[in-house]
Amino acid sequence: MKISDEEILNPGHVACPGCGAALSMRFALKALGRDTILVIPACCWSVIDGPFPYSSAGIPVFHMAFEAAASTAAGVKAGLLAQGNTHTSVVAWAGDGGTFDIGIQALSGTAERNADIIYVCYDNEAYQNTGIQRSSATPYLAWTTTTPVKFPKQEQKKDIVEIMAAHRIPYIATATVAFPEDLTKKFIKAKSIKGTKFIHLLSPCPPGWKSKDQDSIKISRLAVKSRVFPLIEIENGEKYKITVNPKPVAVKDYIRLQGRFRHISDENIEQIQKNVDRNWEKLLKKTEG
Amino acid sequence: MKKLLMGNHTVSWGAMLARAQVIAAYPITPQTQIVEELATLCAEGKAKAQFIKVESEHSALASCIGASAAGARAFTATSSQGLALMHELLHWAAGARLPIVMANVNRAMAPGWNIWTEQTDSLAQRDTGWIQFYCENNQEILDSIIQAYKISETVSLPSMIVLDAFFLSHTTEPVEIPPQELVDKFLPPYKPQYKLDPKEPHAFGGLSSTEYYYELRYKIQKAMERAKEVIEETDEKFNQIFERKYGLIEEIETSDAEVILVTSSTITSTARFVTEQLRKTGKKIGLLKVRVFRPFPSSEIRDALSNCEKVAVIDRNISFGSGGIFASEIKSAIQKMGKQPVIFPFIAGLGGRDITVPQIEEMINYTFENAKPKEEILWRGLKYENI
Ligand SMILES: Cc1ncc(C[n+]2csc(CCOP(=O)(O)OP(=O)(O)O)c2C)c(N)n1
Ligand code: SF4
Ligand SMILES: [Mg+2]
Repeated sequence: MKISDEEILNPGHVACPGCGAALSMRFALKALGRDTILVIPACCWSVIDGPFPYSSAGIPVFHMAFEAAASTAAGVKAGLLAQGNTHTSVVAWAGDGGTFDIGIQALSGTAERNADIIYVCYDNEAYQNTGIQRSSATPYLAWTTTTPVKFPKQEQKKDIVEIMAAHRIPYIATATVAFPEDLTKKFIKAKSIKGTKFIHLLSPCPPGWKSKDQDSIKISRLAVKSRVFPLIEIENGEKYKITVNPKPVAVKDYIRLQGRFRHISDENIEQIQKNVDRNWEKLLKKTEG
Repeated sequence: MKKLLMGNHTVSWGAMLARAQVIAAYPITPQTQIVEELATLCAEGKAKAQFIKVESEHSALASCIGASAAGARAFTATSSQGLALMHELLHWAAGARLPIVMANVNRAMAPGWNIWTEQTDSLAQRDTGWIQFYCENNQEILDSIIQAYKISETVSLPSMIVLDAFFLSHTTEPVEIPPQELVDKFLPPYKPQYKLDPKEPHAFGGLSSTEYYYELRYKIQKAMERAKEVIEETDEKFNQIFERKYGLIEEIETSDAEVILVTSSTITSTARFVTEQLRKTGKKIGLLKVRVFRPFPSSEIRDALSNCEKVAVIDRNISFGSGGIFASEIKSAIQKMGKQPVIFPFIAGLGGRDITVPQIEEMINYTFENAKPKEEILWRGLKYENI
């Protein structure tokens, strides 16, 4: 597996140091190539790309309203097809808020119609752009500015991958920047498949996760090793495969690098560990089945 | 070729003749047949468009925005609640300078649920940057859709073709269907100056600071101002080929009129009849039909009203806390006149209640008989004061 040497994402973008979302884009574009169009709803990436008249993406970008990434990307694809262009990949690139919350209707409709797009959710587990408010992707007990330390998030993270699997779209994958070969393979595969592809990227965010800039890759790696964020593929909503399965570590190792969990007790961590173990067992059953 | 078509099917045929390449629409009474007919025309291969059967009006317009940004001619249609749901994206389409054309069937906004005609849905979107045409009959609907693409693609702003619920949407009329070759001659394929193209990458709609945003808005206003000329030029070119024209406004017997009645949409047809009858009795009454609401034809209206003393405006719409929207625009337009006529602001027919011949006669007589309106808003046809 060779990752392309060509840099499509230009230097000069305005992401924070250690931003998983910027790094994700860099690797995604290397895999997708220049014959790609991005649709970006309101999210950190509407800023990261750079202010008018600048753009760092290196490929065409259409900025769009917060809730409309999927249906807009489907429209771009239809517009290209209407002009006889069958080759360009159209990618909706949205945050967790734009995917799990406000954009889920458009995403569900687009997936049900199996529009030929790649939908990427870079998941930094909160509304980072507006200053770290909780989303339905924020994990249990995490601090955000709307789930303060005295009353951290009480709900479990929404299982977006299962929701997308229930749409029986041809391809779903999870990926994260600490495993760039796996990420690259998945983007290349997504590009080769017709229909709706959904890629869920766990995307560390130092200011939002209250972690060190230099720890982003480490945290991304520990998310996978602790099985908080398994790296998988699902074909047609039913064929599950774990693509990378390193030797497991304790969830505690992942959690203790992030200030957003600083307030939680060892018992809380035990509880989270149990949830993670149960989810892993369920996942294993699906891969058998 | 003449064909008997209901207003809704006329819309579908208009989109087909204009060779819309991407259609995304969602059904709502009284617009539903537009979507059904387009689905049929696409399925039969008569219309060669990508038809996206979206899950909401919001996604309908989002898909049109994407398609148009990719360089395709895009079309949608909706009504009332659906148009309101699109609101954020109406701003987006205009701000992104995309020449999308949509049909909106005027329907009253809920609650209470009411499917009958009223203009408040589309007039409430007047500040979004869409050109707006209010149509009087089915032929005008068809012709306006074809014209609208040419206008929109020239000034890079979207257009809304507005038709009354039921009075047009469900009324069958003979419509002259122009031959496709002639439409193609009038409306060549869309060639955008910029589009989403990997060979020439650009970012569209990114962060615009205080350094640039203001100018971008200024340019939208300038494009709207230019649209007035473009609408007239386009109408003239259309006339040369198809021998029909509509103008920004239409004047009937205005030159020597003491009182001019101002109407839009199908109320105009009833008003034409009333004006003709009253003229026979010697009343110096004229009629002004406002076809284009955005850009607002202020100077044309000033010219039309320059010799009259009083103006009766019928609004089938309301801006709560202000009044009838056409009346308010006209009041603002006449400020530049030396001798201003007195405006009589009538509201009638909200929620599809009939506006009858005797009612229009009464409004005209009231305007003749009174020096000034006796109330801020002249409500007509109210049945129950306390309900
Ligand atoms: C309709 C609407 N509501 C709210 C906002 C404000 N807003 C912009 S970005 C954002 C949060 C984005 O969160 P997410 O999708 O997770 O992306 P992130 O910023 O975390 O990268 C919000 C609430 C908006 N732009 N549009
Ligand atoms: S706030 Fe987080 S996601 Fe946003 S640019 Fe900074 S690091 Fe990236
Ligand atoms: Mg987020």
